[in-house]
Amino acid sequence: MPITHAENKFIAPRSECEGDVLQVRDLYFSYPDGHAALNGVSLNLCGGDKVALVGPNGAGKSTLMLHLNGILNGRGEIEIGGRRLTRDNLPVIRAMVGLVFQNPDDQLFSPTVFEDVAFGPLHMGLPEEEVRARVDAALEAVRMSSYRDRLSHHLSVGEKKRIAIATVLSMKPSLLVLDEPSAGLDPRARRTLINLLRELPITMLVSTHDMKLVQELFPRTIVMDEGKVVADGLTMEILDDEALLTAHGLEKP
Amino acid sequence: MHFDAFDRYHEKDSRLHRLDPRVKAVITIACILSNALLPDGAWIAFLFAFIFLLALNVVSRLGIAYTLKRSLIALPFALIAFSVLFSTPGNPLSMFHFLMWDFTITDAGLLRFVSILIRSWLSVQMAILLVAVTRFPDLVHALAHLRVPPILTTIIAFLYRYLFVLTDEVFRLLRARESRSAASAAQRSGGGVLWRAKVAGDMAGQLFLRSYERSDRIYNAMLSRGYAGHMYTLNPHEMKPGDYFAAAFAVAFIFIIQILGRF
Amino acid sequence: MLYSPAPLHIPENFLSLAVSAACWVVTILTLSLAISKTNKSLGERQIPLMGIMAAFIFAAQMINFPVAGGTSGHLLGGVLAAVILGPWAGMLVMTAVIALQALLFQDGGLSVMGANILNMGLVTAAIGYGLYRLVSNRSRKVKLAAIGFAAWLSVLAGALFTSLQIWLSGNADLKIIVPVMLFIHALIGVGDALITVAAISFIMRTRPDLLGEESESAKGGQGWVWVGVAVTLLVVLLSPFASADPDGLERVATDLGFIGQAQLSPFQIIPDYTVPFLGQTALSTVIAGVIGAIVVGLVAYLIGRGVKAKSQAAGSK
Repeated sequence: MPITHAENKFIAPRSECEGDVLQVRDLYFSYPDGHAALNGVSLNLCGGDKVALVGPNGAGKSTLMLHLNGILNGRGEIEIGGRRLTRDNLPVIRAMVGLVFQNPDDQLFSPTVFEDVAFGPLHMGLPEEEVRARVDAALEAVRMSSYRDRLSHHLSVGEKKRIAIATVLSMKPSLLVLDEPSAGLDPRARRTLINLLRELPITMLVSTHDMKLVQELFPRTIVMDEGKVVADGLTMEILDDEALLTAHGLEKP
Repeated sequence: MHFDAFDRYHEKDSRLHRLDPRVKAVITIACILSNALLPDGAWIAFLFAFIFLLALNVVSRLGIAYTLKRSLIALPFALIAFSVLFSTPGNPLSMFHFLMWDFTITDAGLLRFVSILIRSWLSVQMAILLVAVTRFPDLVHALAHLRVPPILTTIIAFLYRYLFVLTDEVFRLLRARESRSAASAAQRSGGGVLWRAKVAGDMAGQLFLRSYERSDRIYNAMLSRGYAGHMYTLNPHEMKPGDYFAAAFAVAFIFIIQILGRF
Repeated sequence: MLYSPAPLHIPENFLSLAVSAACWVVTILTLSLAISKTNKSLGERQIPLMGIMAAFIFAAQMINFPVAGGTSGHLLGGVLAAVILGPWAGMLVMTAVIALQALLFQDGGLSVMGANILNMGLVTAAIGYGLYRLVSNRSRKVKLAAIGFAAWLSVLAGALFTSLQIWLSGNADLKIIVPVMLFIHALIGVGDALITVAAISFIMRTRPDLLGEESESAKGGQGWVWVGVAVTLLVVLLSPFASADPDGLERVATDLGFIGQAQLSPFQIIPDYTVPFLGQTALSTVIAGVIGAIVVGLVAYLIGRGVKAKSQAAGSK
């Protein structure tokens, strides 16, 4: 199995496919203050993949996620569904990649749930009936249909997280990218969320520190550290490799 | 969770709650203007305006005295109008001596003072009722339809959404300050007023930086969902016959009050 | 303690219609200018920024520090907003805060919102930004001193304008309201000034870039110096005059015809609520009432027309 800890050696992705949903090749990025956050990241995702992205804080996970829909622009190539991400097709790419941020209070910026879930489809320029249909479908998908007319600030953290996922589902993305979905949730809300993620029939890349979640939900895991992919393979095997986990500040669940 | 303290909306199922928010906003503004138009001492008109208000309270199912209880907020400011008691020329009613001045209350002054208070008090209650029966986001929609520039309604919508989040942050900051300032009973803690002001200012600065960074993250979240400099919203409200009827009824009532005000 | 209304907010219908309307006109004109200026320079980023900054000002107004005898110092935020965001955006942010306070908390009325925005949002921003801009090339200490003075003066200016508007409406005695309001707000202003200075100094230390040459804060032109200095002079000259010689001010206002005009409500267009050629009859009173009501109806109609045009526009979208 192509799992190694050699930090400077590129590790071939496990998947047999060519990355029909997402291809990232040699991505480099430095912040304006000179901090190099990404040092040549490459990875592929195929249709139906549910992949965990783990690694210590500062490994570059969030920076990578901000590249996937062009909020940050590093050096390298990104292809979504076979389309190369460029400045010109940003609107299309942003509809294809549903990015859910860690803090739902940042994700839910409208006063009501309806307005927030409708924001994406409205800004895609869809007609009103279509927008309404998509809002209903997205809320249905996260089991929150009865919350349509609620005020965002009245929701619990767990409810906010699910609505946050609905805000991107309404754009019918081909790839769902979640940042720390289980952070700050109590056990029951976490369980609900896990069930939800399991049911959603969509390709997803999920950054998390929650190794139990990784074990339970994701067949495949990518480990990042210091701006690089240091391992990419079956979750089972990665979680058994204690030397790898220790080297990158991770714990076996 | 402090939202209860800020939310003025009261969930009830009433005719008034279901009314189109634009109609409610326009009726409220019209009633406030109507009150302003009533001359001093138009007691019958004031009474009718008050009865109208009580009736609305009943229709709203909030209880007949709901707005009455909530309306005390404007009272402290009424003291400013106190001075017209003495300054309006008219027949002296009563005179008293305070420090080095003589004060004479005149009949015209009393009339004016009471009229100012009543006009303000009736109007405040209309405004209280408006937000008790209208969800604030709906009210913001109404404002957008009443030609308030979109940039302002957008800022107000954001303000409303994050009011709760940021005041929670303030309370966390204040609590942290309290738990660190261990005051003994005998000695006041934490230096002089200037020092305390600096601590408060640092808190404001801290809050600003957090808010600034938050606005960055929100901007990213907006970009991710296709925002490109223009905010689009749907208008979820449609005028129904009942809305037109309510508007017509309110206008008719205002006419009656205005005529009564001149007798 | 959750939310304490600031003393400066004029409550519902505490101004005559004429004064309210005049303030609305000034406020709307200034805000139109502010909107067109910000729209011109508006980065996409500024919409969420201004929204969050409005929430920030609202929340920061709750930060207080104990002074003495149970009183506490508060931030009002007009100068802080103008210095951080630049004058135009600062005005819009303060407008949103004041509008929300009036709409949601009845802290300040709807009819007098124009005056409240003028006193607490526009005048404060003009003074604050103008004086800050005046010393923009000087040392940090000088800047902080200017900001502190501006914050204190802006509160005083708001109080002065408020007093004058209430007096012009015939709802208070000038001799009482001006000294009382100025005295109270001279103290409140110190609280605002101290917190504003400490907050700006904190930002200068931790994120100097946010107040630097490339920042939102630097976007106001040099013309603001003149505006700021002019408003400052007006306040500095008018305050002592109004409090020391109210009779003088009253005489000036009467001579200029201000008082009569300002107290004139539309219903007084018809003297003694009768229609002149009909004489003092019941019919005359009724007609006068009808005319008064038509004014209300007309306003409601115009607003309603706005509704209709807008919903049609929305429907066709």
